[in-house]
Amino acid sequence: MNNQHMHDTTIQVEIVLVVPFLLALTGYYIAVVYANRRFNKWPISRTLLFTSGILCASIASIGPLANAAHESFAAHMLVHLLLGMLSPLLIVLGSPISLLLRSLPTNISRKVSYLLRLRLFQIIHHPIVTSLLNIGGLWLLYTTNLFSLMHENKLLYLIIHIHVFVAGYLFTASFLYNDPVKKRFSHFYRSIVLIFALGAHAILAKYIYAFPPIGVPKLEAEVGGMLMYYGGDAVDIVLIILLCKEWYRATRPRIKPSLQHATS
Amino acid sequence: MINQNQVAYLNRNIFSGFLFGLGLVAFLDEAIFHQILHWHHFYDQSTTSVGLISDGIFHVFSWFATVGALFLVADLRRRDAFMYPLWQGSVLLGAGTFNLYDGIIQHKVMRIHQIRYVDNLLIYDVIWNALAASLIIIGFTIIMKYRRLAKKHDE
Repeated sequence: MNNQHMHDTTIQVEIVLVVPFLLALTGYYIAVVYANRRFNKWPISRTLLFTSGILCASIASIGPLANAAHESFAAHMLVHLLLGMLSPLLIVLGSPISLLLRSLPTNISRKVSYLLRLRLFQIIHHPIVTSLLNIGGLWLLYTTNLFSLMHENKLLYLIIHIHVFVAGYLFTASFLYNDPVKKRFSHFYRSIVLIFALGAHAILAKYIYAFPPIGVPKLEAEVGGMLMYYGGDAVDIVLIILLCKEWYRATRPRIKPSLQHATS
Repeated sequence: MINQNQVAYLNRNIFSGFLFGLGLVAFLDEAIFHQILHWHHFYDQSTTSVGLISDGIFHVFSWFATVGALFLVADLRRRDAFMYPLWQGSVLLGAGTFNLYDGIIQHKVMRIHQIRYVDNLLIYDVIWNALAASLIIIGFTIIMKYRRLAKKHDE
């Protein structure tokens, strides 16, 4: 009876987690249709990237992997990698804010873009703030008893999972300027902050390996820590390449007029 | 022998090669000694907390250095300023510097992990650091040669 009850609330929590993602995907498709009526065709690659991002987040939120994550720490870590790192990266690459601004009628679009320039949005778009929210949150989760509490309290479970995704999204968006940004930090500044933020992620992965979170058996913590370390690397390298590419483009030398024909 | 742009971007060539050397060696270290040979341990109980921090930051820094260095190569090429031999020398300097740091500071002072968990560890340490030092010397010699060439070009 009690188990059945637990199971029911687990399903409810999973549905609450996954529905916003599906709504966002539907909204994205509708926005593409509207935007294409008024502007150049929205690149199909962005739609595909955004869709894959939602797919990753959904796999992490509901279904067999999400279920396994209640029991196994390695599965939990895979959920973390998908929900907090890969899915936010793919979603940022889908440029959802640009699409939103394009698809809305001009007067509303202006209001939204005014809203996005508010101080609050600037603060949660500062690379150091987003790093603290994202990596700091993870340190708190794995080095205190928050992790074991999360598996007992469904509301806490929900809040932490939402936080992991939102913090992951803000983090990625504060390093890759795929969408319009009011205050742009230099590439050098962002690179330095990124090295420390990702470094803190790698340190935490080894820390988990060495000192398992409360309630996690040693062997599982070792597998989970290594998954976090190397899985993090795989996503990090993409983030680093994209940031460097942005930098490379921004520092393009001015081509001499006489050479323009030869190079184009 | 060397053009105006190459002289102007001499330091960027060295910087790019140095970064790539650091990143390449860190990558090889991870691939060969951690993954293939299993000589290095992912975590060693005697690691100091400073060692844990240094390891994490260096790990990410070397990822960044590899990628950034290759973008710098692309940048030098689009400016017609890339000097491959000088760059190679700088790679050796970066590789040697990282290995020496790894071999002395990370392995011995911070005790992140040892080269191999065997009795005659000293031999491994000596070979490791001697190789690192010779890479530095070779790299440095090549760089000095090109610095002299650039100076001559200026005169």
